[in-house]
Amino acid sequence: MNIEETPLPGIGVRRELRLATGRRVGVVTHRDGHTELILSRVDDPDACAASIPLSAEEASALGTLLGSAQLIAQLSAEQKDVAGITTHQILIRPGSAYAGRPLGDTQMRTLTGTSIVALLRGDEVIGSPRPDQVLEVGDLVVIVGTETGLAEAARILQSRL
Amino acid sequence: MDPTTLSLIQLGVVFFALGFLGRMAGRIGMSPVPLYLLGGLAFGHGGLIDFGSINDFAHIASEIGVILLLLMLGLEYTARELVTGLRQSWMAGLLDLVLNMAPGVAVAFMLGWGPVGALVMAGITYSSSSGIVAKVLGDLGRLGNRETPVVLAILVIEDLAMAAYLPILTAVLAGVSFLGGLTAVGISLAVITAVLLGALRYGHIVSNVLESPDRESFLLKLLGAALLVAGVASALQVSAAVGAFLLGIAISGGTAQNASRVLEPLRDLFAAMFFVLFGLNTDPHSIPPVLGFALLLAVVSAATKVVTGWWAARRQGIATLGQARAGAALIARGEFSIVIAGLAVASGAVPKELAALATTYVLIMAVFGPVAARYVEPLVRLFQGKKAAGKEPEVIF
Repeated sequence: MNIEETPLPGIGVRRELRLATGRRVGVVTHRDGHTELILSRVDDPDACAASIPLSAEEASALGTLLGSAQLIAQLSAEQKDVAGITTHQILIRPGSAYAGRPLGDTQMRTLTGTSIVALLRGDEVIGSPRPDQVLEVGDLVVIVGTETGLAEAARILQSRL
Repeated sequence: MDPTTLSLIQLGVVFFALGFLGRMAGRIGMSPVPLYLLGGLAFGHGGLIDFGSINDFAHIASEIGVILLLLMLGLEYTARELVTGLRQSWMAGLLDLVLNMAPGVAVAFMLGWGPVGALVMAGITYSSSSGIVAKVLGDLGRLGNRETPVVLAILVIEDLAMAAYLPILTAVLAGVSFLGGLTAVGISLAVITAVLLGALRYGHIVSNVLESPDRESFLLKLLGAALLVAGVASALQVSAAVGAFLLGIAISGGTAQNASRVLEPLRDLFAAMFFVLFGLNTDPHSIPPVLGFALLLAVVSAATKVVTGWWAARRQGIATLGQARAGAALIARGEFSIVIAGLAVASGAVPKELAALATTYVLIMAVFGPVAARYVEPLVRLFQGKKAAGKEPEVIF
């Protein structure tokens, strides 16, 4: 995949992709940090059908939305490469002993040797969560380890009060 | 009444009125420059009210206004962008120069203003307004368009060309001898080259000297440096404006961004004063006699800009619609044309009518430019539609 980068003197930088359909989709990053999402027109590929201004937060939220599918695909691809290592997603159900408690309380790595690599919370991805990250009901915990380690991890996370 | 009191009241009225004019311009999405000029015309000699007593303040304020205009223009570009722009688009830049200086030169000779007048008018019709064009491109959502880098590259080269043109102009206006003129040009070209090369390698040093965590001391250092450099440049006959422009280029990275943020309100204030002073010194009664020529110049120089953009976009493999958009985007003239006319009128080396013609011309072009940029596309589509009769309009998304 080729990202084409065009400097816009006095304004910022434009980075875009050419899609399989021939359209261009990309982002204009202004000097002051705000971004614009651009999409080229079908009938006039030189021009833009839409250029949507995004605040820094909106842009990063959109990036996460697009990236979360990517992250999960990447994790499952990685798991194929390393024999004996698997990725699991474990849901924090209502009533779980760890809902509302920091991640460090699970002592996951010490007890099972597995690693929690991400939390999926609604549309948000919390990558590489720190031990003080508080778990919530509905969180999907993405966790990597050996088969036995993961089974043990699931038991811990799903234990009831 | 005490003269100071009178000046305060008059200044207050002017700024207050400009504030309303600026708001009005923002509402209808146009540049405030033509409205500031109109404001100046209304308050000047022969206007609605004669505000003579603010002239002293307006004079120095407008001088600072030009320095800040050029300093901020320099801040917008990095030395690298200038060098790359020059390397990639020098042919388009050259065509732009030849095609768009020609109408100004022709009118100057038609009106019998001689070679000096021709040089001044050449600059006035040559320079598109970077400020207006960049704003229009952003407002119309064209930053993602393929022809936009072409348009911006032409603006970059024009601004660089101004850095060479202004010292030549100041030398000629000062009436220095041929040898003296050559020396001035030599000095300025050497300085420009040195600053560009220096900024590429040592820009961070200038930035570090000016950088300060404290807003107040940062602003003072920045303004002090700008006035100092502008003054020294002026003493060397390189023109104050160019000195400021070069300083702006030398400031880089985060410092440049902070500087823009800190200086923007000051620039708006002093630059507004500059446009007002220009209007103040132009007698509205001098406009009707030059109106015909201004209109002619407007039509011809709009056409030459369209040709420039058209050609430049076509060379980059952009389709007809994009070519038309690139051409129309460049039409707007504004601050630079007035800066040039201001220098010329202040020197007294050109006839008074030149100021009237320049004001009228910029009034027309600063208003017509954005309108043309907006409506060129439907116009070309209409024209194409006639050629391909009966073709269904295509879905945009």
